[in-house]
Amino acid sequence: MSTQPDLNLDYLANLARLALTDAEKAEFAQQLGDILHYVEKLKQVDVSGVEPMAHASPVFNVWQPDVVAPGLPVEAALRNAPARREDMIVVPKVVE
Amino acid sequence: MADELIYQSATQLAAQLAAGKISAVELVQACLARRQAVDGRVKAFNSCDEAGALAAAKASDARRAAGQARGPLDGIPVGFKDVIAVEGQPLTCSSKMLANFVSPYDATVTLKLKAAGAIPFGRLNMDEFAMGSSTENSAFGPTANPWDLTRVPGGSSGGSAAAVAAGEVPLTLGSDTGGSIRQPAALCGIVGLKPTYGLVSRYGLAAFASSLDQIGTMAHTVGDAALLLGAIAGHDPRDSTSFKAEVPDYRAALAAKKGPWRLGVPREFFGAGLDPEIGAAVKQAIEFYRKQGCEIKEVALPLAAEYAIAVYYLIATAEASSNLARYDGIRYGHRSKAATDVAGVYFQSRAEGFGPEVKRRIILGTHVLSSGYYDAYYLRAQKVRTLIRNEFTAVLRDCDALLSPTSPVPAFKLGEKSADPLAMYLTDIYTISVNLAGLPGISIPCGFTGGGLPIGLQLIGRPFDEAGLLAVAQAYESAHDWHTKHPSL
Amino acid sequence: MNYEAVIGLEVHVQLKTASKMFTRVAAGYGQPENTLTDPVVLALPGALPVLNKEALDKIITAGLILDCAIAPVCKWDRKNYFYPDSPKNYQISQYDQPICVGGTVEIELPGPSRNVMGEHKKIPLTRIHLEEDVGKLNHGASDSLVDYNRAGTPLMEIVSEPAMHSADEAFAFLTALRTAMVQGGISDCDMEKGQLRCDANISIRPVGETKLGVKVELKNLNSISFVRDGIAHEIRRQVAVLGSGGTIVQETRDYDGQTGASQSLRSKEMAHDYRYFPDPDLMPVKVDEAWLAVIRPTLPERMFDRQRRYLEQFQLPYTLTSVLVPSLALGAFFEEAAKLSGKPQAAANWITNDLQRELAAAGVELAASKVRPAHIAGLVKLVESGVISSNIAKEVFVAMFATGEQADAIVERKGLKQSTDTGELEKWVTDAIAADPKAAAGFKGGNEKALNAIKGAVMKASKGKANPQLVDQIARKLLA
Repeated sequence: MSTQPDLNLDYLANLARLALTDAEKAEFAQQLGDILHYVEKLKQVDVSGVEPMAHASPVFNVWQPDVVAPGLPVEAALRNAPARREDMIVVPKVVE
Repeated sequence: MADELIYQSATQLAAQLAAGKISAVELVQACLARRQAVDGRVKAFNSCDEAGALAAAKASDARRAAGQARGPLDGIPVGFKDVIAVEGQPLTCSSKMLANFVSPYDATVTLKLKAAGAIPFGRLNMDEFAMGSSTENSAFGPTANPWDLTRVPGGSSGGSAAAVAAGEVPLTLGSDTGGSIRQPAALCGIVGLKPTYGLVSRYGLAAFASSLDQIGTMAHTVGDAALLLGAIAGHDPRDSTSFKAEVPDYRAALAAKKGPWRLGVPREFFGAGLDPEIGAAVKQAIEFYRKQGCEIKEVALPLAAEYAIAVYYLIATAEASSNLARYDGIRYGHRSKAATDVAGVYFQSRAEGFGPEVKRRIILGTHVLSSGYYDAYYLRAQKVRTLIRNEFTAVLRDCDALLSPTSPVPAFKLGEKSADPLAMYLTDIYTISVNLAGLPGISIPCGFTGGGLPIGLQLIGRPFDEAGLLAVAQAYESAHDWHTKHPSL
Repeated sequence: MNYEAVIGLEVHVQLKTASKMFTRVAAGYGQPENTLTDPVVLALPGALPVLNKEALDKIITAGLILDCAIAPVCKWDRKNYFYPDSPKNYQISQYDQPICVGGTVEIELPGPSRNVMGEHKKIPLTRIHLEEDVGKLNHGASDSLVDYNRAGTPLMEIVSEPAMHSADEAFAFLTALRTAMVQGGISDCDMEKGQLRCDANISIRPVGETKLGVKVELKNLNSISFVRDGIAHEIRRQVAVLGSGGTIVQETRDYDGQTGASQSLRSKEMAHDYRYFPDPDLMPVKVDEAWLAVIRPTLPERMFDRQRRYLEQFQLPYTLTSVLVPSLALGAFFEEAAKLSGKPQAAANWITNDLQRELAAAGVELAASKVRPAHIAGLVKLVESGVISSNIAKEVFVAMFATGEQADAIVERKGLKQSTDTGELEKWVTDAIAADPKAAAGFKGGNEKALNAIKGAVMKASKGKANPQLVDQIARKLLA
């Protein structure tokens, strides 16, 4: 099947912060190429004047009043942390 | 005792609990024993907090003894798809990424079920992050179809469907983004209900595609699906997309609504690719309704039939690529031991933590949203989505519900479609458009193939008219005994 | 060649709400690490955002103060990028439909002297939108620690047009903006607490050129004076680069306020691809006239409007108005004292000089001051009616400030009333003349100034209570 020439897997993998092996890249290029080829059919639909649908139902102004509710205790907040120290999450040094 | 309880409906079990004929502890023990006996083969469960379930059962029995039973679900075990948060229990999404994650909070549906006295019973296997149609994409191995252990149970809520079909638990929760409740329900011969988008809170449901995801119920009978729906439906201030609608008494509605109905049959849902045995079974079901006095109308959904899958895979992957960005190995979840810098934590943890289908969809969704492609893919897909919804709205103006097959094919062999993602995606052809339109849909058993595999009938209803949809489904179930057939395990 | 600088500012202002932007856990500063989190803040699987109504009210308030158009419909978008302080790895923001569009910030440039009003300008705004703040990274020697307390705090981004041309203008912009936000109750704008942060886009071009030059983004301008210094430094740097035949490269630079130098931040990803798309978890917001009608009456008078009113209505000198208007509370205090006393200028003098000085010396906030507008009015009346002299009044003020007693009570208790008893005054003057024959002779000889020595001695003898006009009359009479 066709492969999508403008499917830049290195660029996308970088945006998605996903290390892909060469084998994965080759496989995805093929498979995603097929899928992108398949979705080309949407170009046949006349969508002029059609509003995009971002939500299943058009509802507006959903909010809560600014009233504080209890949060998570530190212990619960950090119980799944891969690395922690001084009640904070440890990450390798971030160089800005 | 234990064997007698297996395969009883939740409604029957509730009556026996209320009458004092059984205790919640006995019921939970029966489920545990059944799970012990069959789950080594079915593999529906990722985990089960047996002690917690028994403790909850004891508490339920104590409430009942004190005259403080909370209603029909008090003491009934409910299995959770491993994508819905229960405080203190694993929430793995069947992903290596979250293999060790324990939820520090309850989903809204969990809180509601606990308040109703239901007993959270185990974590059910699924396609990783609900991405798939066969449960083969689980990091913990596939679930088998109880009717044929060499076949898939469907997906992504395959564990939820198989656990009910195997008699391990009477009720389960699933989630449905493109058919993930209805398709496995069909393939496992049980009832699966996807409510209208916005009827059930998504708070605590790990998101796959936020504008499509909906929690729903899986059960032996339409009445059970209605019972469980009544407990979890309703507006939630924690979910901005949850609808402010009255929740009717669905079980009362089942008894009250008798038809006849005007039922639409979408012409395009019976075309090429439909297994002939399934087509025949569904046509028989349609004939049943006609004989009941229902008006059967052929209707057309050309856009839904032709474009729904394309629209779905653009919108769902785009949303997923963003929703799954939070799984980064920083605050929780898998962190690669190989990582030496922050970039490494991201790239390596995600590479190690996600399976191939999840990676594929993240990459596709990233592409769909990326600079230069947004208008051609995402925006266009959203516009076609509008047209598909309009198409359903127009058709449902003259029909109370639509009838179609749930899946074009019965349960397929494990491994049969896993190499070809597009072929797998096409198995959702009849269910996906319902999510795009935000409508309620239900799959109920309507027969078996010659090979003994279950067939599902899909009924599609008007927005927030679950009561009407369930009543139409109930009319069929009451006149047939498919739901009383069970696999021999 | 002469160059013109072109400056645009992006200002982030934390909104003063009790809870966070998209969840109801408390927002706050200075709390123990990771105690202000919940599933939404930490982006746990399944957590969903819900808008904070108060944050919407506050940004609309800001928009109305700054003359923005409030969009009838606005929506929420996801800005996708990975960073350890960003729990979801996307920020909920507003991309193509912000809530506030356009608007202006009125600024005042430094005048020729501090007694003279400077030039006023209106700096146009592009937009204001609402988003959420990120967590805080604490950098150690070998690793970094993340605290998510700040994550999810409501954050307003105010974007100006590239319409400023000097560091002074940028400084004035930020000062005026901060005042407007504080006076609107929108934010405390404490830069040390990160409640107000500023990035500047700076370019230069030959005077007369209309095309914009290559812009440099200056970050970490974390105090208002650093904003001025950093921009001035960057303009000089760019002029020097071009002057020596170099070219400006588009980059982000980090300004160090301590050293007064900037350095290039090597951008890891030069072309950002944020993949904005509408957040499916949040519904759009419609703002109708009824909502605006609720907010409009709560808007404070704009600072420069108030200053113009003080100048015109109360005929106050510019210097006094420029002290009174930056604080709403001080302005209200003044207006009350002006009304009660009927003497706005006298009241303004007491407030801007004596009260401000005493408050500063005592380290007391105006709200906690024992001196209230009625005290000022009472004091002004005693001076105006000649009951006490201005000098005595200073003493009375200090006593009032310390005790909260009314001026007339203090004067009564301490017996500070001005003496107008001509007999007593004549005795003090006679004694003073006798004690200083040289001054007396001098005055008689035509030296006007010599009289001051006599009058001074009388004031000293009377402990300030002698009425200066009467003393003057009597002394002239006796030395005639």
